[in-house]
Amino acid sequence: MIGSAVIVFRETLEAALLIGIIAAATRGLIGRNFWLGIGIGAGLVGSLIVAGLTEKIGELAEGTGQEIFNATILGIAVLMLGWHNIWMSTHGREMAAQAKSVGHAVKTGQREMSALAILIALAVLREGSETALFLYSLAAGDGTSQVSLISGGLLGLAGGIGVGWALYAGLARIPLRHFFTVTSALILFLAAGLAGQMARFLVQGDVISPLASPLWDSSSFLPMTSVLGNLLHLLAGYEARPTGMQALFYGLTFIVILLGMRWSRTPSPQAI
Amino acid sequence: MKNLAFAFLLIPAISFGADLEMAISIKDHQFNPAELKVPAGKKIKLIVSNLDSTPEEFESHQLNREKVIAGNAKATIYVGPLSPGKYTFWGEFHEKTARGVIVAE
Repeated sequence: MIGSAVIVFRETLEAALLIGIIAAATRGLIGRNFWLGIGIGAGLVGSLIVAGLTEKIGELAEGTGQEIFNATILGIAVLMLGWHNIWMSTHGREMAAQAKSVGHAVKTGQREMSALAILIALAVLREGSETALFLYSLAAGDGTSQVSLISGGLLGLAGGIGVGWALYAGLARIPLRHFFTVTSALILFLAAGLAGQMARFLVQGDVISPLASPLWDSSSFLPMTSVLGNLLHLLAGYEARPTGMQALFYGLTFIVILLGMRWSRTPSPQAI
Repeated sequence: MKNLAFAFLLIPAISFGADLEMAISIKDHQFNPAELKVPAGKKIKLIVSNLDSTPEEFESHQLNREKVIAGNAKATIYVGPLSPGKYTFWGEFHEKTARGVIVAE
């Protein structure tokens, strides 16, 4: 039971942290819960479909279809997170200042939320399909009773959701004037980390070259298996043995989003 | 000019052909062989055949790899070029039994 709980927890955690951050960053947007629900629901349905198609997807592109598939999902997620951050740097302040209910902000806010629902659906789909395969593999295998399997799975799921919720609750306590800075910074690191993962899949599928491999090795200093290493991996894309290409994707994504945020920032009245 | 363009088109084909192919299988949630010797400094095309009916996830922090393999299916994982050393990997869905190591020398 503990075995299945641990793995389900690990798989749930990445999506739960992302949802926690997005939920906090869109606090006050009208219809937020509706769109979050749509995203999670669509992701769960999608994860069952993807799990069922694993073999078909894997056979594509001479056995590297899974890498292309994952890299595509991650690429879309990076674009949406980046766009969200750039959108927030124009609208975040105005929303905070005007009690969030100005007509214009509501309209663009809906478009923003529907795009984030897609992002959440993709995150749930990616982690959910692996969880579904794992549980299926245990259920079809030896010894493990259905009861212990299901209770372990639920325990892990509850743990993952709990951590995501704790992050959300913690972020929600941050005073408003620092709030957008903190959530934007979190999303910036998250997006760069996902871009790094995207590069890893493309290297694994031999689509692009690894450049230096590894660029550095900090696995004895901060291993990926440690709690801190794992958390930093999920939140900020930490890798103990990254390839040069991963670092390049990470750095470029970070810089491009940061520049986008600076350029689109609404100038203060004095600056005009 | 035409010939030159044609020559460039051939470059990827040549480098693909140079990949060293190695095979490993999963049966009863165990890797076979559990220790795989590979030459250091070369890119390896690792073909993992899952002979079990249940899916498995090939995972290695040292190799920086992660891939789900469906039951009764084959998957291709590109590894390296590796510097000499030992690189452990495991099957995440059956961590107790599915363990292996790649030795680059």
